[in-house]
Formats: sequence, structure tokens, C-alpha cells
Amino acid sequence: MKLSSRHLLGLYGMPAEDIELILETATSFKEILNRPIKKVPTLQGKTIVNLFFENSTRTRISFELAERRLSADVVNFSVAGSSVSKGETLKDTARNIEAMKIDMVVLRHSAAGTPNFLTQVVKSNVVNAGDGLHEHPTQALLDMYTLKEKFGRLENLRVCIVGDIAHSRVALSNIYGLITMGAAVSVCGPATLIPREIEKLGIKVFHRIDDVIPKVDALNVLRIQLERQAGGMFPTLREYHRFFGVTKDRLGRAEHPITIMHPGPINRDVELSADVADGPHSVILEQVLNGVAVRMAVLYLLAPM
Amino acid sequence: MIEPLSQVDSKVDILVKDGIVESIRPSINPKDEYRVVGLKDKIICSGFMDMHVHLREPGFEHKETIETGTLSAAFGGFTAVCCMPNTNPAIDDESIALFVQSQGKKANGGIVDVYPIGAVTKRREGKELAPIAELVQAGAVGLSDDGLPVADAEVMRRVFEYAGMFGVPVIQHCEETSLSKHGVMNEGLVSTSLGLPGIPSIAEEVMIARDMMLSEYTTGRYHVAHISTAGSVELVRTAKKRNNRVTCEVTPHHFTLDDEAVRSFNTNTKMNPPLRTHKDVEAIREGLRDGTIDVIATDHAPHSLDEKEVDFIQAPFGIIGLESAVGLALTELVHTGFLSLPQLIEKFSVNPRRIVGKEISIEEGAEANFTFIDPKAEWKVDVASFKSKSKNSPFDGRTLKGKPVGIMNHGQLLLY
Repeated sequence: MKLSSRHLLGLYGMPAEDIELILETATSFKEILNRPIKKVPTLQGKTIVNLFFENSTRTRISFELAERRLSADVVNFSVAGSSVSKGETLKDTARNIEAMKIDMVVLRHSAAGTPNFLTQVVKSNVVNAGDGLHEHPTQALLDMYTLKEKFGRLENLRVCIVGDIAHSRVALSNIYGLITMGAAVSVCGPATLIPREIEKLGIKVFHRIDDVIPKVDALNVLRIQLERQAGGMFPTLREYHRFFGVTKDRLGRAEHPITIMHPGPINRDVELSADVADGPHSVILEQVLNGVAVRMAVLYLLAPM
Repeated sequence: MIEPLSQVDSKVDILVKDGIVESIRPSINPKDEYRVVGLKDKIICSGFMDMHVHLREPGFEHKETIETGTLSAAFGGFTAVCCMPNTNPAIDDESIALFVQSQGKKANGGIVDVYPIGAVTKRREGKELAPIAELVQAGAVGLSDDGLPVADAEVMRRVFEYAGMFGVPVIQHCEETSLSKHGVMNEGLVSTSLGLPGIPSIAEEVMIARDMMLSEYTTGRYHVAHISTAGSVELVRTAKKRNNRVTCEVTPHHFTLDDEAVRSFNTNTKMNPPLRTHKDVEAIREGLRDGTIDVIATDHAPHSLDEKEVDFIQAPFGIIGLESAVGLALTELVHTGFLSLPQLIEKFSVNPRRIVGKEISIEEGAEANFTFIDPKAEWKVDVASFKSKSKNSPFDGRTLKGKPVGIMNHGQLLLY
């Protein structure tokens, strides 16, 4: 079984069979992660470079762990202290690294579309680890894996993404992937943080969290960044918490338990109250473990053999 | 020959001597000393003018020079261009205006007339009036801070008042930058899908609305550069009913492409104003048909390969247009029935020349200033063959129907 593309740039347009294949493959890798010896020789002799042009702790560690568990050789490249600060272009940086015989590139960049650009200038297979406000496909895949694990299905599952939708690659990738898999997707947040015409992607838009909670199976709560307040997108964090924060009280008004996800890092008591983040229906730490399994699956399926 | 001014559309022979039209007859018997140029099935039009180009000289000669830019114009079917003042130094001073014209006369034997557009404010900063009278006296045919809209309403009012004394058009790149900010493409479904910051249509429209009120309040002539939205077309349509000093232009890319083209992240689909939606393209075509839009101008904006071969957000705005404009207009507007050939000639020659005061006509005794077109020839755009120093076009590889085949100006004949 193979994926229909040799790159993972995003979930937009990715066929359902590809998503299913990744999630199934991740199941076998998760089983390995629960063994006493968590390493397989699958990518022995392959070299993967993690090109991170933007600060990231958890995504980079998750990828690196996935690569090492597959026995790949790993090179980490991050902006600080690199030739980028000397004015080298992305094209030159990538080509120079590739000249050292790299098999795959994992790219994180602050500008949307950089992975697409990279595929035009290098020959390696490219995995998008987050590009600007565009896509973060492995995050959405691990979110979908977590939901599937919990509910046994994605079809007709009611999922609402809450928060700063306008500045979220996680939201976009989740929307694309979940819709392809037949889920019923909605978003909820202040009107200033919902991008124009997003309803045309086939989702519902809400501006009141209390209207959403009774109608969903899961909430994927996004991090609210303090700089959006300075940017005039909402007045204060307190007001945000009072009107959009996911709290125990609010969830208690629903007749059924609601699964809580968060891509991290959490601002406790801003978008999510502490008792909900640590509560019985939170799958936030499961997401972290599943992230390694899903990334192993992606790297394994895309690695040139 | 088609001449919309005198409503002539007939098969003729034209005798040109020393660059002057000596006679126009249904048939002229050639004498031995005549050079006969066969233009069977081709159309002779009054020379086309592109009133919105960036020739990049002085200051950005790695992108384009007046020599390469006018050669590109000549091979695109234009006998005249108006060049925008966002050079370095800017054309905000008579010496630069004179320099640009002098370079134009030297370039390619001066076959393409180069008319400078002067800045409206010093250093294009939108604060103090540029020496408008001196610029006009030195040959500037219009005024604009193109690329940098005049944000301050009071300054714009004074510009209209002052420029109104000389009858030159004030050409505004309409963009309320507090609304467009970091935008790189049209705001809408596609920008949302791609996670790219958007430039909303209202950024253009609020400034047109403001400027048309200021123009009406004063005596200033107002020309809207590269109109791009359905709302803008409607605003200009309304303005023209009240104020005959308002005109506008559109680029070939804005009547051909919509923002779906950006999905490829091709940096040659990044320009300002951005490609809008299909609905906007339709409104623009209708605006061309009903005469709301007076002019087709390219906004020819050369950038080097290195500058464009970066990610979409980092890439500079702009594409070249001189060598594909006439082909695109014939393909997208004439062969689709939006414009007749005489109307096309109005948009490429009569109207821009009237707006900047450089009228010409095809008549006995007048200077021979012609564009020759073959409206039926099929051809494929190949940027590698373009004369422009830069190759940043989204139309590479596109098949078009109809093209320019040559020009004549100042006694020089160029057939490609």
C-alpha cells in the first residue's frame, strides 16, 4: 500500500484512502510504542532532515522521536545560528543540505506555501510540519487518530474547533481532513478571529460557545495567543475566557460527556479551564503519544524505498 | 485599417513618406522606389499606448531598463508607454523626468515614445506636493504616487486642486492600507483556504469612493489605476454619471484570471491589486463592454527570477505584461464578444492617449504612428522569447488567439 503523493503538504484534497492508510499504519506503530523496546529498523540507512525555520518544541521533538524510533539518521536544522541569519534563501539552504544526500525533509516555516515551494527546488520527499497559517497535516492526522480511537469512527462525528480560527493551521488541516472523512465540522470563536467565507468549506460557524456544546461530540480547543489582543482582535483575555472559555460549568450543561482536545501548549484558564484540561474527558496527553505514532506512519509511508 | 475616431473600417493602401502619411486610398499603385509592406488580413490601428508601466530605470536596472522595457513594448505592439515614478530616485523632480525621456529617445532608435508620470508628492511620501508645475513643464503627462496611495485626504484634496490647474490626470493606486495591511492576495474563500493574509475588496473601494468625492469637490481629473473589483466598477460607473473628469483602467490579468490561480502558490500570481474572484472578473468584462472602463493598461512590473523564486509571502508584487496584453485582450475580450475591434482600439489607443493628452489619428498629413495586429493568429506565450529583462508572467505556455505583428513610429518600421 502506498500514498497517492510522495509529499505530505496538507490534507486539502488528500483522498480518504490515504488518510485511512495513515491512521491504520499508525495503529501498528502505536503498538510498538507500548513495547519495552520501542525501536524498529524500518528506516535504517535513510537520512531525514528536520528543517525548522520557526520555534517549535513539541512538534520537533515528536518528529525527531518518530524518526529515531524508525532508526533513521536525523539532522536537525533550526534558524538560530544557521546560515539563514546570514541572508541565505530557503532555496539555497535546502539545496545545500540536500547535496549531502538527504532522503526526506521535514519543514516547519512561518510562511504559508513554503513546503509547496520546496518541492519545486529539491528532489527529496517533503513533509509539512506546519507552514504559516496554512496547514499542519500531521497535527490534524493525530487529532483524527485520537478521535477515531475514542469513538471508533469519524463519519458523522460532530467536532467543533474553538478559538482563533483565523490564525490556525491546525484548524484548517482538521477541517479538510475531517470533512473528507465524513465528520460534521463546526468552528466557534469571536467574529474577528473567523476568516472570511470559511463556511464555504462546508462547515458551520458559531459565535456562542453555549450554542455549540450541546451539539457536539468533541471540542478541539485552540491556543489563544496574547498578541491577538494587542492586534485588536478581541478586547481582553478575561472577556475571552468569560465568553469563549471551555469550562466545567459549561460542559456540565450538556447531556453527554464531551471529549476535549487541544494541540498545545495550553493557556490554562484562558481557552480551557484547568479542571477541564486535566479532567476525565480530556484526551490531550493521548494526542501527544498518538502524534509520535502518526508521524512514524507518515515517514514510513513516504520514505523512498 | 480601423480608425474609431473617424469611424473608418476599410481595406486601404497607405503611403508613408519620411514618417508622414502622404495618402490613404483604396488602392495605390506602387512606384519602383516604394517599399511595399504586405499586411493582407492584418489590421492597421493608430499606435497603441500602455499608460501604466514600470521601466525600473533609474534605480532598479537589474529588473528592467528603459532600453529593454521599450523593446518589450515595441514587440508587444505599443508605440508609446507612460512610465510610473516609483524609480530610485523617484520621478518627483524635473531632472529625473527629463532623464527618463532622454533615455527613451535613445532606446531602440526612439521607436517607442516614453512619457513620464510624475510623482504627486515629494519622494512619494504622501505628505508635501511634488513640484507639479515643473514636472508637467518637463513632460510629465500625469501624476501618481503609484504603489503608494495618497492616504491623507487633505493632501489628496490639495493634489486635485493643484493638478487641476494644468489639466493633467491624477492617477491613484487605490488601496486603504489600514485595511490591506500585510495582505498578499484577495481576501475570500481562497485566502482562507490557503492561510494567506487577505487584501479585502473594500480596501480598494473605500479609497475610490473617497477620491471620487474629492475630485468632484475640486476641479481635479481622476484616473483610477488598475481597477480590480466588481464594487469598484460600480463606483466608477456611478461617478461618471456625475463627473466627467473620472476615468479608469484595467489590466489584462484582472480580466483574465481569478484568485483560484493562487492555489498553486505560483509567485507570478501575486500582484497588487490582487487577482479577485470570478464574479469580479465578470463585472470587469461588463465594465469594459459598457464603457465604464476606458483603458487597458498592463501595470508591467518586472522582477528578477531571484526576487520571485521565493515563498509566496516574501515575493514582491507584480508581473510583466507588455508582450502578452494585446493577445490576451483579443482572446479574452474580442473573441468572446465583449468588445468589437474598434472598441479594443479605443481601450488601447484612443482613450489612453486622450487621457494623457497625446492624441493621434490616421489621416493624411499626420505622423505615421501605427500598430499592426493579426486578430486570428494562434500562438503560444513563451516568456523565454520575451524582450523584457524579466520573465515573471503567469501566462507562460498559454495559447492565445490574435497578436500584434508590428509597429511604425517616427519613420521606423518594426515587423516581428
